[in-house]
Amino acid sequence: MHITDILVTGEPIIYGAMVSMALGGLAILFVLTYFKKWGWLWREWLTSVDHKKIGVMYILSALLMLFRGGVDAMMMRVQLAFPDLGFLNSQHYNEIFTTHGTIMIIFMAMPFLIGLMNIIVPLQIGARDFAFPYLNALSFWSFFFGMALFNISFVIGGSPDAGWTSYTPLSGAAMSPGPGQNFYLMGLQLSGIGTLATGINLMVTILKMRAPGMKLFHMPIFTWSTLVTCFIIVFAFPILTVALALLTIDRIFGSQFFTLTGEGLPMMWANLFWMWGHPEVYIVILPAFGIFSEVISTFAKKRLFGYNVMVWSMIVIALLSFLVWVHHFFTMGAGAFVNSVFSVSTMLIAVPTGVKIFNWLATLYKSKIEFTVPMLWSLAFIPSFILGGVTGVMLGMAAADYQFHNSYFLIAHFHYVLIAGTVFACFAGLVFWYPKMFGHKMNERLGRWAFWLFFFGFHVCFFPQYFLGLDGMPRRLFITNVAEWLPLNVISTVGAAGMALGFVVFVYNVYYSFRYSERETTGDSWNGNGRTLEWATTTPVPYYNFATVPYVDEIDPYVRMKEEGKTTFEEDKVKPIHMPSYTGQPFIFMALLGLASFGLIFEWMYLAVFGLIGGVVMMIRRSFDYDDGYYVSVEEIKETEKKARGL
Amino acid sequence: MAAEELKTGPLEYRTQEGQMGIMGFWIFLGAEVVLFATLFATYAVLFGRTADAPLPSELFEPGIVLIMTFLLLTSSFTCGLAIHEMRRGSVKGLIFWMAITLALGLGFLGFEIYEFVHYAHEGATLQSSAFWSAFFVLAGTHGLHVTLGIGWAILLLIQIKQRGLTNVTSRKFFIISLYWHFLDVIWIFIFTSVYLIGMVI
Amino acid sequence: MNHVIGFILSLVMTLVAAWAAIQSDLPVTWVIIGIMILALLQAGVQLFMFMHVTEASSGNGHVPWNMMFHGFALAGIVVAGSLFVMSFGHDHGDHGDMGDMQQQEEQHSEDHNGH
Repeated sequence: MHITDILVTGEPIIYGAMVSMALGGLAILFVLTYFKKWGWLWREWLTSVDHKKIGVMYILSALLMLFRGGVDAMMMRVQLAFPDLGFLNSQHYNEIFTTHGTIMIIFMAMPFLIGLMNIIVPLQIGARDFAFPYLNALSFWSFFFGMALFNISFVIGGSPDAGWTSYTPLSGAAMSPGPGQNFYLMGLQLSGIGTLATGINLMVTILKMRAPGMKLFHMPIFTWSTLVTCFIIVFAFPILTVALALLTIDRIFGSQFFTLTGEGLPMMWANLFWMWGHPEVYIVILPAFGIFSEVISTFAKKRLFGYNVMVWSMIVIALLSFLVWVHHFFTMGAGAFVNSVFSVSTMLIAVPTGVKIFNWLATLYKSKIEFTVPMLWSLAFIPSFILGGVTGVMLGMAAADYQFHNSYFLIAHFHYVLIAGTVFACFAGLVFWYPKMFGHKMNERLGRWAFWLFFFGFHVCFFPQYFLGLDGMPRRLFITNVAEWLPLNVISTVGAAGMALGFVVFVYNVYYSFRYSERETTGDSWNGNGRTLEWATTTPVPYYNFATVPYVDEIDPYVRMKEEGKTTFEEDKVKPIHMPSYTGQPFIFMALLGLASFGLIFEWMYLAVFGLIGGVVMMIRRSFDYDDGYYVSVEEIKETEKKARGL
Repeated sequence: MAAEELKTGPLEYRTQEGQMGIMGFWIFLGAEVVLFATLFATYAVLFGRTADAPLPSELFEPGIVLIMTFLLLTSSFTCGLAIHEMRRGSVKGLIFWMAITLALGLGFLGFEIYEFVHYAHEGATLQSSAFWSAFFVLAGTHGLHVTLGIGWAILLLIQIKQRGLTNVTSRKFFIISLYWHFLDVIWIFIFTSVYLIGMVI
Repeated sequence: MNHVIGFILSLVMTLVAAWAAIQSDLPVTWVIIGIMILALLQAGVQLFMFMHVTEASSGNGHVPWNMMFHGFALAGIVVAGSLFVMSFGHDHGDHGDMGDMQQQEEQHSEDHNGH
């Protein structure tokens, strides 16, 4: 096979991307070598099992993916606003909407939230680390190599082009030959394993490693949302694993699950995909609800209104999320009874969600609101998300869905819930907990600029799309030079540019704050408004997290701790802390599985078998690994704490 | 954390690590239930879609399937005995019953491979129709689990030879026993809903 | 002792199920319902008698039981739901729902046209 058979050729934009990727890669290599940072990178990051560092790596990857997915989005918007320009050809357009959707859901939203969970959840419950730190590193690297695999597809082998839902028979071997769809299947499969492992890991962490006295109904609401989310992950991700595996076997080994020959049933793919896919949207929205709850209660300076109801509504949402999947394909042609059942269950979800909205409003009612940047994102979320939710109920009516389905009305709806819900929450959470992660806040003025640009850009971009949908504009359409649609499309593209600008300001703010922000001296960064245990640690958080874990018997324990002058450092109670050792095994293990997946993508079976054997060898090594970690001595803890607390 | 160790109760539950490992594995088994449920759902939906390939009722034979079932049921029983011996503190008993468990598991695998080859000869392969794809992937996934379990148990037998019964090794054996019993549960459902129902309809 | 009882129970149930399916003259629907119930009972034997799903000394409270319960509940949803959805609600008449009635009506009118 010649190199030009593998590389994607003939597209000026992709050549540009290749050159910039090569240059970027070379620049990173150069910087690492020039400043002699290779050892540092390996010792401090690639081999780390510290939940805080893994969380930071998740968030960095997610921001990178937000950039990549955002560039895809901008290219689509340019094409739609200037359809006669010939900016993209149809094939390239298909690839871009596919990668945009897949990346934003799987490689942006989930890792961003999982990154925040990684950093914050152990701190909120007073844990030393995850229950299984090794497994946590494994999860991250499986996500990372899955992401890398998916992203190289556009320069090597060609991107998948069957939409992020990858419906069969279009995505089957007969109609999409070549490696493109395989990249989708293997990239998702590899990162899905990591997500499942994270779900198990966090569940055990939350159930077994809480501070003494902390009952489940004393947990901070973000931790609760994480627990419920992990429950969904554990039960939903195996469905995706199977669906992906079946399609892979179809494509590579010639089975007949979703084919048009051999009495295969292509719609079964849609059925399985959405059995995972619907719970998946709750996997990315419930943690967002958790973040908003924390931020709103902190800056309203009140205990969250209706804490118990908030928790129960999340649990109800989680259970309902497994009962509504058919509303994604009402137009499959099922009978009225099938569609009605799922129509009713879909509309039921609006009830617990509505309960949550009213609880947030009740928390805000008669409170002294402090308009910080995270609070701005949270306040903007409420009305924006309601717009998305209400149109969701419209889409949930099966008969009406025949009109809305696959139109821009749908596009506008799910961007309204996913951006106003998940993306706003990612920004709110990142800004909110930024001082905990990096020891300084993000600049508020720049933060407000980023917020307003993104917020207005978002509404200008997506509100017109409801009307485009009602005017009949279908999604995934490459030629749109219908005069009636053009003005709204141009407005929408202007809005998208606003969002892009907001993102640029946000990223610049990371740099600006690193240079100029005041360093934090106290752990309770937001003017002493912290309510939960993560704010009781010093900033930056010592690698062992808590010198002594306080006894907790209420919600928002840090409020009373501050009143009583208690800290997480009670000198006479310090004991040695058991810590896991860093290890390079997860990185190597997942690199080998990444290699195996790469082999499968191109159907180079020798490479695949080699990678798999390597993976098995790594598992055997792990089985014989009796490394028991080490203890942090009392002296070291006391010294660290005294220095950090200025005692 | 590792320092806090209970003095009574089964070894595998005495440390926080042991308890967490076992809880994590239960959660993983929950995920496995759904994984197999998805395969069962695919099988059920694709039932009858045999295209030009032979019908299941023409190929399924009660004799060999019953033998496989008894092999696996017995191995689940001996695996339970192994854990019983482990809790009595007998390394020898543990190794003995575990070895029998593995032998029975290998027997099961042998019959399954024979069965698959036989079906392939009769013209029912992974590629021949949607139904047979679903059958081979469902039964094959279970078979793959059994294979992995055998390999894993061998690694653990080496470790118990090296280290004897500790909190860690007994936790590992307890977890693989959960895994092994669980595979039996899955097989019961394959036996019932694939073979028996396949022979009825 | 528990183990031996569990083992004998599972052997007996397997044989009964096999007899029901292969030898008996019971109606097919009853055979299917019966052997599925037997399978569930056998799963229960494995879980409670072999796997110690409710063992108190595990320190894990209700979590193992909970995961199994929800796992099996979801398994029911996945299997029954898939069958329900992928039947498209057209091809079996025992529900008496709107879709079926419409479908039957269409078939009737087609029949009339055909004659």
